[in-house]
Amino acid sequence: MAPSMGPHVTIWASILLPLAAAALIPFASARHAKWIAMAGSFLSLGAITMHAWHFPAWMTGAVVPEAQGPEWVSGLGITLSVGFDSVALLLALLTAFLMPLCIIGSFSAVQEREREYYAWFSVLAGAMLLAFAAKDAILFYIGYEFTLIPMTLLIAIYGGAERRPAAIKYFLYTFLGSLFMLAGLLYLAWQHREATGQWSFDIAALTTTAVRLPSSTQFWLFAALICGFAVKIPLFPVHTWLPLAHDQAPTGGSVILAGSMLKLGSYGVYRFAMPMAPAGGVELMVPMGILCLIAIVYASLICWVQQDAKKLVAYSSVAHLGLSMLGLFSLNPVGAEGSIFYWVNHGLSTGALFLCIGMFYERYHTKDMERLGGLARVMPVWACFMVFFVMASAGLPGLNGFVGEILCIGGTFIAEHDAQSGYPGVLGPSFAVVAGTGMILAAMYLLILLGKVVWGPLREPHDDHGEASGHPTQAHAKLPRDLNAREIGILAPLAVACLVLGLYPKPMLEAIAPCVEKTLAAYPAQVERVRAVETANGGRRDEGSEKVASDTSRPVTSGPPSWTAATKGTVTP
Amino acid sequence: MMGIESMGPRLGLLVPEMILFAGAVLASVIGLSRSAGVRRSVPLWCIVALVAAAFVSVDTWTVERASAAQLLFPSMGSFVKPMLALMGVLLLLPSIGAIDRGVEGAIASGRQAFDALRVMRGEHYAFALFSIAGAMLLCGASDLIWLFLALELVSLPTYIMVALGRGSRKAQEAGVKYFFLGALSTALFLYGFALIYGSTGTLQLAGIRDSFAVQSAGAGIDMTGIAGLCLAVLGLCFKITAVPMHFYAPDVYEGSAVHVSAFLAFVPKVAGFVALTVLLGTAGWTGHALLAADGVRVAYTGLPEPVAAIMWMSAVLTMTLGNVGALMQRSIKRTLAYSSVSHSGYMMVGLIVGTPAGINALFFYLLCYGIMTTASFAALAALERSGEEIDSFDDIAGLRIRHPAIAWMLAISAVSLVGIPPMIGFFGKLALFMAAFESGQVALVVIAVLNSAVSAWYYLRLAIVPLVAPPSAHSASVVSAPSRWPAICAVVCGVGSVIVPVAASRLLQASEQASKGYGADPAVAGGEERPTDAAGLYTSRLTRP
Repeated sequence: MAPSMGPHVTIWASILLPLAAAALIPFASARHAKWIAMAGSFLSLGAITMHAWHFPAWMTGAVVPEAQGPEWVSGLGITLSVGFDSVALLLALLTAFLMPLCIIGSFSAVQEREREYYAWFSVLAGAMLLAFAAKDAILFYIGYEFTLIPMTLLIAIYGGAERRPAAIKYFLYTFLGSLFMLAGLLYLAWQHREATGQWSFDIAALTTTAVRLPSSTQFWLFAALICGFAVKIPLFPVHTWLPLAHDQAPTGGSVILAGSMLKLGSYGVYRFAMPMAPAGGVELMVPMGILCLIAIVYASLICWVQQDAKKLVAYSSVAHLGLSMLGLFSLNPVGAEGSIFYWVNHGLSTGALFLCIGMFYERYHTKDMERLGGLARVMPVWACFMVFFVMASAGLPGLNGFVGEILCIGGTFIAEHDAQSGYPGVLGPSFAVVAGTGMILAAMYLLILLGKVVWGPLREPHDDHGEASGHPTQAHAKLPRDLNAREIGILAPLAVACLVLGLYPKPMLEAIAPCVEKTLAAYPAQVERVRAVETANGGRRDEGSEKVASDTSRPVTSGPPSWTAATKGTVTP
Repeated sequence: MMGIESMGPRLGLLVPEMILFAGAVLASVIGLSRSAGVRRSVPLWCIVALVAAAFVSVDTWTVERASAAQLLFPSMGSFVKPMLALMGVLLLLPSIGAIDRGVEGAIASGRQAFDALRVMRGEHYAFALFSIAGAMLLCGASDLIWLFLALELVSLPTYIMVALGRGSRKAQEAGVKYFFLGALSTALFLYGFALIYGSTGTLQLAGIRDSFAVQSAGAGIDMTGIAGLCLAVLGLCFKITAVPMHFYAPDVYEGSAVHVSAFLAFVPKVAGFVALTVLLGTAGWTGHALLAADGVRVAYTGLPEPVAAIMWMSAVLTMTLGNVGALMQRSIKRTLAYSSVSHSGYMMVGLIVGTPAGINALFFYLLCYGIMTTASFAALAALERSGEEIDSFDDIAGLRIRHPAIAWMLAISAVSLVGIPPMIGFFGKLALFMAAFESGQVALVVIAVLNSAVSAWYYLRLAIVPLVAPPSAHSASVVSAPSRWPAICAVVCGVGSVIVPVAASRLLQASEQASKGYGADPAVAGGEERPTDAAGLYTSRLTRP
C-alpha cells in the first residue's frame, strides 16, 4: 500500500487543493479571494509537478498507478481511480501551469463579484485536473461535465455585451454533445457487463471489451463518442459556439477555454474514441479527416476577414485544432505525436495570445482592429510578446507551433494504405496538401493581425469607453501604458515554454511516442481489414471512392520509417 | 384462509402508519386550540410523528413479517417508508408559517376573535400525514382492495390540501379540477381492478400473480386480464402525472400554494409508482420465473405486450411532452410542473425495465427527484411579494443580489434536475440508464438522453436568471417570506443534492434491497422449503388452497 500512496496523494492533492481554495473563498473577504485562489493554484501546480518529477512511466506509455482506487458507488461500479499516462500528465501539467497565470492575469480585469470569479476559477481547475487524471470513465465524465458550470457562469457573469446568449449556447452545445458521449460510454459499460457479469467503468477494462465488439457496434460507439468530443474540440460543423464563447468570455476564461478545456475534447478522442473503437473508427477516418480539412480552410478564411482580434484568435483555434486532429486521424505515429504535441503548444501560444489581447483590451476597451493600430509605438514590450506569440502560433520554425504542425502534416502525408510502413492509414497526400494551405492561410491572417494592431501608424480609439462592454471597469486608469511587471511576469514563462519546446521538442515527443503507439496499436490490422474488404469488393466502396483512387492510381510508396525514426528519435516497430 | 393468523405480522408492519394516524388526530385536535402557541406547535408534532415513523419503519419492517403477509415485494417498505417519512418532514417545512397566515395575523392583532371554523392549520397537517400514511400503506398492500383504499387515502387528502392551501380562487379551481380528474382516474383503475378480478378470480395479489403465471404458461393472459391491467395502469398514470393523464398537473400545481405543489410533486408520485410496481409485479418482467400451482416453472417473457406497449409509449410521451411543455412556460410553477411530468417519464423507464435493476433505479431516482424538486419549490416558497407568491421568471431576475442563498439553491436544484454531475440528479439518471441498458432498452435511453438535452434549456434559465440576469422592475419588490422554514428546507435540499452523492452507494444498496421481488432468501423467510430459481430472484410462496 505504501508505495502506491505517494502518487495517489499528489494526484488528489492537485485536484483537491483548488477545490479547497474554492470552498474557502466564500468565507474570505473579496480582497483576499484572489490570493486564496492563487495559493490554491500554485499548490496544485506544485503537487502535479512533484507528481511529474517522480512519474515513472514517461517512457513506457503505461497508465500509473495501475491499482484501482476505492469504490465509490459500488452498485454502479464507479471507483475513485486516478492515474496518468504521459499524455494525460502533460495536459494536466499544462492546465496547472496556465491556471495561476490566468488568475494573476485577472487581477486588474475583474473588479466586481471577485469572490465568485476566483471560486469558480478554482473549481474549474479542479474539475479539469480530475478529468485528465480519471481512470474511471464516470469520474472522467464528472470532471468533463462539471467544467461546464464554472465556465458558463464565468462567461455569463464576467463576459462582454452578449455574454448571456454566448454562455447559454456554450452550455447547450457542450451538454448535448456530452450526453451522446455518456450514452456511448454507458452502452459500452453494458457490453462489458454482458461479457464479464459486472458493471465497471474502468477505462482499461472498457477498452478491452470495446475492441472485441463487432465492427458495426464499434462504428456507432465511435460515432457517439466523437459526437461528444467533437463539440468540445471543436470540429466543424459543431464549432459555432466557440467564437462566440471566446469573444464574450473574460480573458482568463478565454485562456483556459483555449488552453485546456478544448484539450479535454481532443484528449477524449485520444483516450476513449480511438483506442476503444478501432474497427469503427477506421471507417470514419475519412469523413473525420474531411471535416478537419473543412475546419482548417473554412476557419482560416473566416479569420482572414475578421475585424475583431479576439474572434480572429478564436477562429484560428478552430483551424489549429482541426489540423491537430487531422494528425491524430492519420493513424500514423508521426502525425499522432505531432497532434498531441500540438495540443500542448496550442494551449501555450493561443493562451498567451488571448492574454495579450486581454491586456490591450483592458487599456483601450476595444478589440476592433479597425479602430486600433500601431500599438508598437506605445506598448513596445507588449508588441514584442505579441509578435513572438503570433509567430509561435503561425508555426515559425524554432518555435513550438512549427514542430506540431509539420509533424501533423507530415504524418497525414505518409498516411496511405501502406503495409510496409507499419502504420498504414486511410488519409494521404491529398489531405496533407489541403492542410498545408491552412498553414499558409494561418501565416496570412496572423500577419494581418500583426500588421493592423502592432505595426503601422498609431490609431487609438478617441473614446476609451468606445465599445462599452456592459462591464464597466476602472482598471485601465491604474494600468501604465505599456505592460507592468505583473503582466510581463505572466507572459514571460509562456514565452520561455514556447521557445524551449520549439528548440528542443525531443523529450516531450519521446514521452508521447509510447502512448501514441498504444493508442494506434489496433489500427494497422483494421486498415488492412478495410482494404481487404475493398479489394474483395472490386475496389468499390460507397464512401471510400477517394481512397480507392489513391490506391490504384499511385504506386505504393515504401513507407518512410526512416523519417519517423529520425523525427522522434525512436525506432518504430 | 386469510384470517386472524395473517393479521399479526401485518399489524407489526403497520406501526409507522399508526404513528402517523395518531399524529394526524393530534394535529387536527390541537390545531383547534384557543392558544396561539399550541396551534403553532402543530407542525412540530407532525414532524415528531414523521421522524418516529421513519425510525420505527426501519425497525418494524422485517422480511419475515413481510413474507408472512404475502407481499409481492417484501422489502419494499424498508426503503420507501423511511424515504416517505423523511421527505415528508422536508415537505412540511415550507408550509410552516404559510397556513392560516391571514387569520392568525388578524387574531394576533386583535382584529378578529379566534374562531375554530376559520382556522385550517390542523386540517392541513392532518391531511398531509394521512396522505403520507396512505402512501406507506401501499407498501404493505397484499390485495387489490387494500391497494385501492390506500391509493384513495393518498389522494383524497390532497384534493382538500389544494383547495385549502391558498386563499385564492385559483386554489379552489385547482382543487375542483384535481378532484374531478382524480375521480376519473379512480374510476379507471377501479374498473381495471374489477376486470383483473374477473380474469383471475381472486383479489389477492399473490393469487393474481399465480393465476397470471398459469395463464401465460398456457395461451397467455386472457383479454379480460390484459384490459384490466391496461386500465389500471392508465388510472395510475394520473398519480404519477404521466401521459395521457398529465393534463391537470400544470394547472393544479400553479393554482395550489407552493408548499402544496411540492407535496403533490412527491407524495402522490411515490404512491403511484409503488402501486404500479406492485401491480405490474403480478404480471412479471422479463427474466422472471414463476412457480405455477402445479409446480411447473414458468419463465416470463416480459410484461404482457399491450401493457408493455402502453408503458413504453406513455414513458416516451411523458418525457417529451413534459420537456417540450416546460420550454414554453413563463410561470416558474408551471415549468416545475412540466419538469415533474418529464421526470415521471424517466422513472417509467425503470418500471418498464422491472426488477431488480429497474425498480432499484426507480426507487433511487424517486429519492433524488424528491430532494431536487423540493429544493426548487421550497426556494420559491421562501420568497413573496406583498404577501403573494411569486411565479414568473421576471420575479427571480437578479435574485442573487438580495437573496443570494435562495438564488443559489434554485440554481443548484435546477442544475441537479438537468443531471449535471456531481449533483444527485446525475446519479439518479445514471442508475436508470444503466438499468435500461441492462434490459436492452437502448431506444428508451437514447430518447431519455435527447430529452435531458432539451430539458437543459429551461433548467438553465432557472439557474441563469437568478444568478446572472440584472434585476428587473418586478424582482426589486420581492422579499423573503416571513417564515424562515421554507428557506431552511431549500438549503437542506439544495445542499443535499450536492452532498448526498457521497452516500450514493449506501442508498443504492438500500433501494436494491427494497426492490427485490417475490419473496426473499428462503432461509430468512421462515423455515419452510421454498424452491428458488438460479438467479435467486424468486421464491415461491404458494399458499393457495
